[in-house]
Parts: sequence; C-alpha cells; structure tokens
Amino acid sequence: MTAGWEMVVGLEVHTELATATKLFCSCRNAFGDEPNTNICAVCLGLPGSLPVLNRQAVELAMRVGLALHCRVEPSIFHRKNYFYPDMPKDYQISQYDQPVNVGGWLELPDGSRVGITRAHMEEDTGKTTHVGGGGGRIHGADHSLVDYNRAGVPLVEIVSEPDIRSADQAKAYVNELRAILVAIGASDARMEEGSLRVDANVSVRRAGATAYGTRAEIKNLNSVRSLGRALEYELRRQVDRLEAGEEVVQETRHWNEDEGRTSSMRSKEEAYDYRYFPEPDLVPLAPSEEWQGEVRSGLPALPAERRATLARAAGVAASEPAVGIAVAQGLDGLVAAAVEAGADSRLALNRAANELANRSAPDVAAFTKLLHMEGHGRLTATQAKAVLAEVVTSGGDPEDIAKAKGFEALGDDVVAAAVDQAIAAHPGEWERYAGGETKLAGFFVGKVMAATRGKADGRAVTALLQERLASGP
Amino acid sequence: MTGGRREGRAVTAVEIAADVRGGRRSAREVLDEHLAAISAREEELHAFNLVLAGEARAAAGEVDRRVAAGEDPGPLAGVPVALKDNLCTRGVPTTCSSRILDGWRPPYDATVVTRLRQAGAVIVGKTNMDEFAMGSSTENSAFGPTHNPHDVTRVPGGSSGGSAAAVAAGFVPLALGSDTGGSIRQPAALCGVVGVKPTYGLVSRYGLVAFASSLDQVGPLASTVADAALALEALAGHDRADSTSIPQLAPALTAVLEEGVDGLRVGLIRELLDGVDPDVGARVSAAAAGLEAAGAKVDEVSLPSAGLGLSAYYLIATAEASSNLARFDGVRYGLRVEGDDVTAMYGRTRAAGFGAEVKRRIMLGTYALSAGYYDAYYGQAQRVRTLMIRDFEAAYEAYDLLLAPTTPTTAFALGAKAGDPLAMYLSDVCTIPSNMAGHPAVSVPYGVGEDGLPVGVQLLAPALGEPTLFRAAAALERSRA
Repeated sequence: MTAGWEMVVGLEVHTELATATKLFCSCRNAFGDEPNTNICAVCLGLPGSLPVLNRQAVELAMRVGLALHCRVEPSIFHRKNYFYPDMPKDYQISQYDQPVNVGGWLELPDGSRVGITRAHMEEDTGKTTHVGGGGGRIHGADHSLVDYNRAGVPLVEIVSEPDIRSADQAKAYVNELRAILVAIGASDARMEEGSLRVDANVSVRRAGATAYGTRAEIKNLNSVRSLGRALEYELRRQVDRLEAGEEVVQETRHWNEDEGRTSSMRSKEEAYDYRYFPEPDLVPLAPSEEWQGEVRSGLPALPAERRATLARAAGVAASEPAVGIAVAQGLDGLVAAAVEAGADSRLALNRAANELANRSAPDVAAFTKLLHMEGHGRLTATQAKAVLAEVVTSGGDPEDIAKAKGFEALGDDVVAAAVDQAIAAHPGEWERYAGGETKLAGFFVGKVMAATRGKADGRAVTALLQERLASGP
Repeated sequence: MTGGRREGRAVTAVEIAADVRGGRRSAREVLDEHLAAISAREEELHAFNLVLAGEARAAAGEVDRRVAAGEDPGPLAGVPVALKDNLCTRGVPTTCSSRILDGWRPPYDATVVTRLRQAGAVIVGKTNMDEFAMGSSTENSAFGPTHNPHDVTRVPGGSSGGSAAAVAAGFVPLALGSDTGGSIRQPAALCGVVGVKPTYGLVSRYGLVAFASSLDQVGPLASTVADAALALEALAGHDRADSTSIPQLAPALTAVLEEGVDGLRVGLIRELLDGVDPDVGARVSAAAAGLEAAGAKVDEVSLPSAGLGLSAYYLIATAEASSNLARFDGVRYGLRVEGDDVTAMYGRTRAAGFGAEVKRRIMLGTYALSAGYYDAYYGQAQRVRTLMIRDFEAAYEAYDLLLAPTTPTTAFALGAKAGDPLAMYLSDVCTIPSNMAGHPAVSVPYGVGEDGLPVGVQLLAPALGEPTLFRAAAALERSRA
C-alpha cells in the first residue's frame, strides 16, 4: 500500500542534438553508420588533438534553453574524469557548475509546471558491446567491441527540479519535452535509438511532509513506459522499506525491464570522484545578446502555445486529450484550416486526433469535404472513418471514394422503415424501452444497422426511436 | 662548438635560408653537412630519439627542385630543424620518450610541423626529452638521458634537452621545444643557446602531446636571437584547430631586431635573484649592465608572488597532467599489457608504460583534484596564479620588460638530482612565473659560470610583447660580444 505517501521525482534527460557534425570536430553526427567510420583524431582523443566547439551545437543548446524559458548565461566546460573504454580521452567534456541554460520551466498539457534547473552541453561517449560471458555486461565478457561513431556527439542534459509527483506526470513531462525538442529541431528525440535518455531521481515522503526523503537514481529507462513502470515499482519499494522501519539508501539503481524491478548498481559511498576541473583546451562561452535574440526569434510556436491556439479555434479546453494529440501529431494546422472552412470543430478535432495519428495528413480540402459529408448525415461515423483512411492512403476525393464503397446515404424512408420493422419484430424489448430501459436503444440501433448493413446513421436511428416513443407505436 | 661556424660556412638559419633561396647553396648540401655532424657526435650525446635521414633528404630535394623551378620555398628554405618528440609527425613515431606510446604513429602533423614544412624547413628528426615533458634534465626519458654537448658528464637540462643539445652541438641550427614551466628556456640556458617561450596562444598547440594544457607552449631553440625570431614568425599566428590560439597574425620580429633598447625600462626581478649561484647572479648583473650600456634603464623591481609560483605550478601542472595522461590506457594505441579484465589491463599497461616521475605527477595531480581537496589545492593554486598575473601587471606599469636569471645554476652532473625530485623542481623556479601568467620570455646565453659552463639570462615581457622582447634580446646578444 502506498496510500498516504507521496512520490517526489526529478528527471535528468539527455538528448542528442541534431547537428550535422560532432561537438568538437567535423565528423558526421549520424546514427546507424558502419562502426568507427565517423571518427577522427579529435573524437578519438588521439594525443595532441584539441577540441573546437561547434557553433551549431551551441545554437541548438540555446534553443532548448530558450524553449524551456531558461536564462542563457556565460558558461564554461569542465572535464569529468573517469576511465571507461568507450570514452577516448578517459574524461568527458561537460558543463558543470556554470551551464549555458539556467532556471526555466516546462508546462505540461494538464497545465502543471515542472521547474528546469539547468540544461547543459556535453559530449556523448562511444558505444560498447560486450561479447560472450556475462550477458552483455562488461564483467565476465570475453571481449568488448567499441564503436566510437557516437563519441563526441553533442548532448544537452536537461535537469528538472524535483517537482514531479506521479508516474503519469513524469511520463507527460518526457512526452512534452520530446515534443518540444522535435518542434524546435534540436533533436529527433528517439528513445529507442538512444537519442533521448532518461534517468530518474526518486524519493518518497508522507503526504503533506515538506522535507525530501533519501533518493535513489534510476538508470536504464529505455522508453516512456519503462519510466512509468520503474517509478511505480520504486514508489512501492521505498514505501515498503520505510513502513518496515528500514531506510532508503542513496544509490544508483538499474531498471530491469524483463523482471520489472530495479536493482542496486552502486551506493553513494562507492560513487566515483569525477575530479571535475575547468577544461583548459576550451575558452569560456558567452553568447551575445544579439545571438540569443536571433535564436529566440527563430523558435517556432511551441506545443503549449499551439495547444492553446487550437483549443481556442476548436472551442474546447486546452487540457482536452484530443488537443494534445492533434498538436503532438502536427495536425493542429489541418484542424484549424478545416474549422476555418466551415467544418464542425469538434468533429474535425476528433477525426484528426483519433483517425490521423501516425498517418500522413490529408489535403485540407478533402478533409473538410469529408467532415461536411459526415456532419450532414450523408455518411455514418463508421463510413466516414473508412473513407478518411482511404483519402489518406490514396489521396482521392471523399465523394468518389464513398460512392465506390457503396456508402450512399440511405433515404430517410428506408431507415424509418427499418426502424419500424425492428420495433414490430421485437415487441417485448420495445415495451421495456418505452418503460424507461433506455439502454435498449443500442439494441434497436444494432438491429437497424444489421438490416441496413451498417449504412444507417446511428444518430439518425436514435432520433427516430425517440420520435416513435413520443408519438406512440 | 656552440652555434658557431664550421670551416667558415654559414650555419645560422638566417644565413642558410638566404643562401638556399638565393640558389647559392643547395638544401641537400646543407642537410648532408648537418647529418654528418649528427653522425660524428650523436652516439655520445643522444640528442635524438629518431633521425629521419631519408625523409629529410626527400624534403631537401623538394626544396632544391622548387628553387630550380624559380619558386620560393619559404623563409626557412632548406633549414634543418629538429622536433621535440612530443610534436606529432604524420606516419612517424611520436613517443614523448615514453614506453606507453610504443608503436604509435600519429595520423597527422602538428600545426607547427605543417607550418615548418610550408616555410621550407627540412625536418631531420625527433629529439629526446623528459618523459611527457616532465623533468628538468632529460634523465626521465625511457630511452636514456641526453648529454650536455659542453660537458658530457652534465645534463642538458630539460625537458627539451634533446632539442637544446642538438642546437648546441651544431646538429641543427633550429629546433622546436615545448615549455610548460621552463622546458625550453632552462635547457637553452644550460646548453648555451637561445630559447623562447612565446605568449600562451601565440603558437598553436594542436599536435603537441599535452602535459599541462593551460601552461604548455611550443617555441624555438636556436643559436641566435635572429634565428629564433625567423622561426617564431613562421610558427606563430592563429590556428582554428586550437581554441586557445589568439586570433591574430604572427608578429613581425626579424624586422625589429636592430631597433635597440634606447629608453626601454627594464626591471630586474629581486625575488628571482635569491638563491641563485653567485656566478649566475654575476652574469645577470653583467647583462643588466650590457642593456644599460645600450641605452636601457635598469632598476630592481619586486614581484612578491614569484616565490609562490613553484608550489602553485606543481599543483596546476600535475592536476592537468593527471587528466591529460588518462587516455594512455592501452585501449586504442600504444602499449597494452593484457590483464584479466579491463581494470587490470589499465593498471598493468600504465604501470609498465609510465616512468617514475610521470607516475608521481599523475598521483599528485589526482590527489589535488580529489573531492574535498580541490579547493585547498587546485583552487588555491589558481588564486595564486591570479595573484602572480596582478603582480606582473603592476610591474609592467613601470617597466617595459623584466630581467631575471633563467636557472639558479649552470648544468649539473648527470644523476646529481635524479633521486631528489624537489631539488629538481627548484631548477624551474625562475621560469615558472611566465608560464603561470601566459607571458613570453626568452633565455639568451650570457657568458659562462665559474665552471666554464653556459649561463642564460632571461628577459620577460607582457602578453604579446614579443616585438619588444626580441628587440631587447637582440641588443643583449650584441652586448655580449
């Protein structure tokens, strides 16, 4: 039981920037190339090589910061020292106590805000594959293969305040952050390709308490779903310990997706001493007001703003899920254009959010025409969805597609006859319906649909049933 | 045979370049003379880790071809040059005199090497050094020490001891070294040649295997101030591959050498005269007199923080080194000693690959950066550094240049300080302040001590003060005669 407890979560999100080249050299920044083909003296850390900061990476990092309402500040790079075979210099160049972006916030679709502590720049490591022995881990492996294509790829690490209070809110935060990163062109933010990685700091406390509990850091979260599951697990684990009179240990824990549990990686006592010190091979970074202004003015409308705009156009609340989906899918422009052209706003929003997710958007004119046909009862909801699917794949005219599918609206008299027939065939049910058992409306709609092979409009049938009820059989 | 003349033939870089460009001598002929000098004495001195006779002949041949075709091969046409073995040379072993780089051939040339080639220089070899430039005697080389050409029982200084010895022995008129705490100027002084540490950022560090990144600077060693000026003109200037490179063109130096020091205000740093041998101090006084005779005004000046430089330097330099040398881990290049797992491989590789002094400094630096100690050590050392820069700024309000000994003593005997790291570190006390401040300095030979060995005196200038520095160094050189 976790009732009476509150989860406190802060997230660290690493995102690879979508630059043409790496952070400190001119090697290609690309995913999925032949191993060790995008490498040079600099990103291999060969003796004598020196880093040179990529201007485009700074610009994208500033975009991230400005989109998250951060201040862009003068910053420097540090060296984070530790030995690992996929890190060519055995130190990582990273921003430490003077990051480029400081103090912002992210607004979630439900209107809540999560504070952003910082969003700093650093270089990615290479990728190690451990072969044989210990099941993909370095200990016990026969040998390891290292691909340095990713070494030196620019990252921005976005650190949130511990403002998140539930697994759902954490998931919404990551989804919203991804939407922003994609919208501003900073990253493709694909968790499955590792271009977006999430670590979670989790603690629990009694509801109403103000002090924070001891936190654990959860790593190896490979999807938004894993994040949600890991947080739920961690909430239970920490509450169980505390309720059993034990303590939560400050440590790093590894999420095992298959087992659905976290396990200890290392405790704070064994934590690395990274021996940070200012990177002497780079000079301080201080983007001018002018440069910041250019970056700011180049930012597109962000998801929160687009949701507000769409909600206004469609006459619904911005927190409505369909609004969020339409914006996330980039369909807000289509919906707004259809509404502008006279389509029913609610219908436009629902059809876009429910039928067009993850598909290519139809032509505005065709979409509007389809909505008109459905809105005027010439197509049933089921028929409209089928036609819309065809419009998306073939790009044809909704009218022609409907005709080809035989979706010609039935005459009112045919529907009325089918309704009367259904009533006559099921007098017992009709009596109960008339007696107030309203859920039997569905039964009659079903019978009419069967009789018309689905061509009748459900809403029209319901209206006719009510008409018959009022006038008496 | 310090940078003199042999059989009446010109041996300075200035003269060689003029002769080769003018078609009066061939680069091949010049090279062959120098290769002969190397053959005659290299076994005794061990200035080189590697002599590149074949490559040098090809490069000299190319210079001659260009002269014959009416082209200008550049300001260093046909000048034989030796490179300290921490400067990367494409396809040619670059060892830093360490076992850990065993077998490594850089896939690229250091920027300074590219610039030398473009200026028509002929690279003849890679010179011995203290391992990773850590040392003041060239005894910390994995390949054995270099001997001082003036007395082979003595050290040549270090860490650029091979380069200094190569110039002093007449193997080459010009060599490159690197100077982190005095590693060009100290061996230059001990070998009786000119050594220049340029302003930090004036010469690209790209391709210089790093010891302490915020202090390292590449510079020339030469037998004359004019040769050093000619070399620095070719080496200096902005390089996009080095973010700490100053974005401006190389200064004009050879053109100002005859301008003299009339009216220049020179401050003699009092604190750096403390503890130097009397005969060295006497040569510094003689240099002050020489400058005054040439028209400069010399007074004593106090640089109170100069004495703090040594301890602060050994924290900053070792801290940066501990990080810079982490990459030598056996994973990608150089020596690898296998172990049961990757941690064991790291440990065995580094235990076998690094010498004692390098290990000592890695440990010192690792400690200085450790959690809980950072502020007391590295942080405090950086504050001392700031203090030193302020002291210099104050001094340069009243003076154009500063004067000091380069080293407290003349060349010491091989082995004399090898067992006493602290005594060895003290030989850098006069040179370290310039590195800490990022300022330029030059060591100019100024006679000999009681033991008959060379004494160097040091001129210091504020950042980018090279034109004034070279003017005064040339005047000092003339006053010596």
